[in-house]
Amino acid sequence: MKKQDPDLLLFHAPLLRQGMTTPKAMRDVLYALVPATAASMWFFGLSAVLVLGSCIVGAVLAEWIFAERQARGESLRDASGILTGLLLGLTLPPGLPLWMAFLGGFVGIGLGKVIWGGLGHNLFNPALLGRAFLLATFPIAMTTWVQPTGDSGFFSIYPGNLALPFMQAQIDGITSATPLGMMKFEHDVTPLTNLVFGNVSGSLGETSGLLLLLGGIYLFLRRDLDWRIPVSILLTVAIFSTCLTLVDATRFPTPLFSVFSGGLLLGALYMATDPVTSPVTPRGAWIFGIGVGVLVILIRVFGGLPEGVMYAILLMNAATPLIDRYTQPRVFGRGAGAK
Amino acid sequence: MKAFRLLRRNFEHGVHPAHHKGQTEDLPIQRVPFVQDYVMPLGQHIGVPARSVVAVGERVRRGQLIAEPGGFVSTGLHSPVTGTISEIGDFRGVDGRFAPAIGIEADPFATQQVDAGEAIDWQSLSLEDFITAVQMAGIVGMGGAAFPAHVKLSVPDGVKIRHLLINGAECEPFLTTDHRLMLERPEALLEGAEIMRQKLGAEETVIGVEVNKPDAIKIIRQHIQPGQPVRIVPLKVKYPQGAEKMMIKSVFDKEVPAGQLPRDVEVNVNNVGTIVAIADYFLRGMPLIERVVTVAGPGVTYPANLIVPLGTPVREVVRFCGGLKPGTREIIMGGPMMGRPIASLDVPILKGCSGVLVFTEAQTAGRKEYPCISCGRCLEACPYFLNPSRLARLSKARMFDEMKQHHVFDCVECGCCTFACPSNIPIVQLIRTAKDDLAHRKESEE
Repeated sequence: MKKQDPDLLLFHAPLLRQGMTTPKAMRDVLYALVPATAASMWFFGLSAVLVLGSCIVGAVLAEWIFAERQARGESLRDASGILTGLLLGLTLPPGLPLWMAFLGGFVGIGLGKVIWGGLGHNLFNPALLGRAFLLATFPIAMTTWVQPTGDSGFFSIYPGNLALPFMQAQIDGITSATPLGMMKFEHDVTPLTNLVFGNVSGSLGETSGLLLLLGGIYLFLRRDLDWRIPVSILLTVAIFSTCLTLVDATRFPTPLFSVFSGGLLLGALYMATDPVTSPVTPRGAWIFGIGVGVLVILIRVFGGLPEGVMYAILLMNAATPLIDRYTQPRVFGRGAGAK
Repeated sequence: MKAFRLLRRNFEHGVHPAHHKGQTEDLPIQRVPFVQDYVMPLGQHIGVPARSVVAVGERVRRGQLIAEPGGFVSTGLHSPVTGTISEIGDFRGVDGRFAPAIGIEADPFATQQVDAGEAIDWQSLSLEDFITAVQMAGIVGMGGAAFPAHVKLSVPDGVKIRHLLINGAECEPFLTTDHRLMLERPEALLEGAEIMRQKLGAEETVIGVEVNKPDAIKIIRQHIQPGQPVRIVPLKVKYPQGAEKMMIKSVFDKEVPAGQLPRDVEVNVNNVGTIVAIADYFLRGMPLIERVVTVAGPGVTYPANLIVPLGTPVREVVRFCGGLKPGTREIIMGGPMMGRPIASLDVPILKGCSGVLVFTEAQTAGRKEYPCISCGRCLEACPYFLNPSRLARLSKARMFDEMKQHHVFDCVECGCCTFACPSNIPIVQLIRTAKDDLAHRKESEE
């Protein structure tokens, strides 16, 4: 009779799980970015496809090369490498030489993730680290913005895309300043409707605020994102710029312009909310978000650059372990409130 | 503000696993036939094991004392059947270790009637005698912890118990024992509650039931006598609503301070099954020799709610339910969130065993573990507001001492964090490992 007993496993309770897994959460972010990615292709044509593709290839290749031999391919399955590549690509100018985009993806994963110990161990957002690397290395190419292709059709490519590695990049074609640049250097305000729907010059993913918000709402509904972070960032930016507008309405941008221009929505919804590099505690999330918001405005208004989302997030990434340490929740039955 | 929070009847955090109670919630409690061999482990409650008072070959009657309490935090043990003591020695226990137990062979010709069967005049008992009686009757917490019931009754001088809280939450998925007891024996529940309330000198009895058992709430309401100081509090369906500190928070909006007991906020908490056992002993003279067990899960042919004599091997219980389906991979004693896996079908049903749950591939398929991405889902799940993510990381690094600063000993191992973790990190297991290590080191230092 004993022989008929099944071989019993001894997995520890709890045996039940909610359905979400880490790769699913990563894929959710990819799905959430589909509308914004499609929009970038609509506005910038084949160039968008090529730049995004180069970043993803660079990121995935780094992930594959640096992985341990046995785990090769394993780490690709969680989709986090693809996500990093896509996010990086969405922050780049459409006319960027493809080899730079590739290099950005490669460095983002290599220096931003793998050397820290892989997924879950990095201090800085890998996509933004890749972008910071590109901005430091190729400042001209990274700040050469182009108008959406518009009438010239999907298959027209910005000539800059095809520049050969380490040759003088051919920066020509019709360059144009981003709304933030125009605001900062020429006090020329872009109409809000253009910002919301995306027909402006800028990086691939930062053009259409509406589609970015749509993806953010999807992530919120799927509970993949800590709503406190985008809400606190956007509120801080809005409040801060309202205050500035009250001081001098001609010099400073309006709150809505601040929220919808540049990479703020992309950064607030998809990069600042990277769980690995943002605080894990609820109070910490508020502090983190407020910090990002304040830094964004400080850099935009008082710094030398028109856009500050990247540095704002990276700086707050660095502060995350400290924030976590000082915002531990009050344990049940301890401290005030007990009894 | 406080009134508003009372309206919500809730504690913060926690998780929402699917109930899975449909399999058995409508099945009346059935009695399992007697089998040949029984095993009564001497240590089936928290605390000191009981001490055997019988010898091999001795004839025992059903309900006869076979082991006496080994200390204050210990209870008596009674024979679940009329028969002969076949062996006193080490038997394989639920945790896989050998532990002292008494083997009993049932007498096939006995009627298996309870001989005792006499009510006890509990009203005239002094509190000390009452506590001793509960201890000798072998009554322990029937919710799963198996903590001796009389210890909770022994309140130090100066501490007043104002509320007797009866725990009918049954927040563990699959289990329906408390639900069925409330439906089928509401009189016994209210009688036992009255005995406990009077002996504790409490002002009122509060019965907390999750709102997914509206029939139980209705039936108990119907049985409450006019003027009886009993109220029933419907609670939000959320795990772990039945953890006593969570339930106190939900019902009275009080936080039991860490390291203290419910009595420190003037509450005494008992499970529905424990209260019914009290009634059975004082009104019918039956000590704790059997209990209600839910047998369920996708691997059981005929799920059921059963009265099982203690010491019945799981094998016999499962056989009564039509056996295991092919593809059975794991059997859990207790609930799926906090229960313990058993390695063999030969382990007996114990006082604290509320369920025998049989799981198949779908629940036990190897779950790939991913790195922690600090998503914070565990923090939002932990009803004690701990930081499970940090605790798991520290445990993996074997930094157990640091875990003490993160209040690892406040963790009750409810499993919410592990349930919520998208990376399938066995957080509770990591925490248990740390607690074990810390406890052992403390022991060896002493």
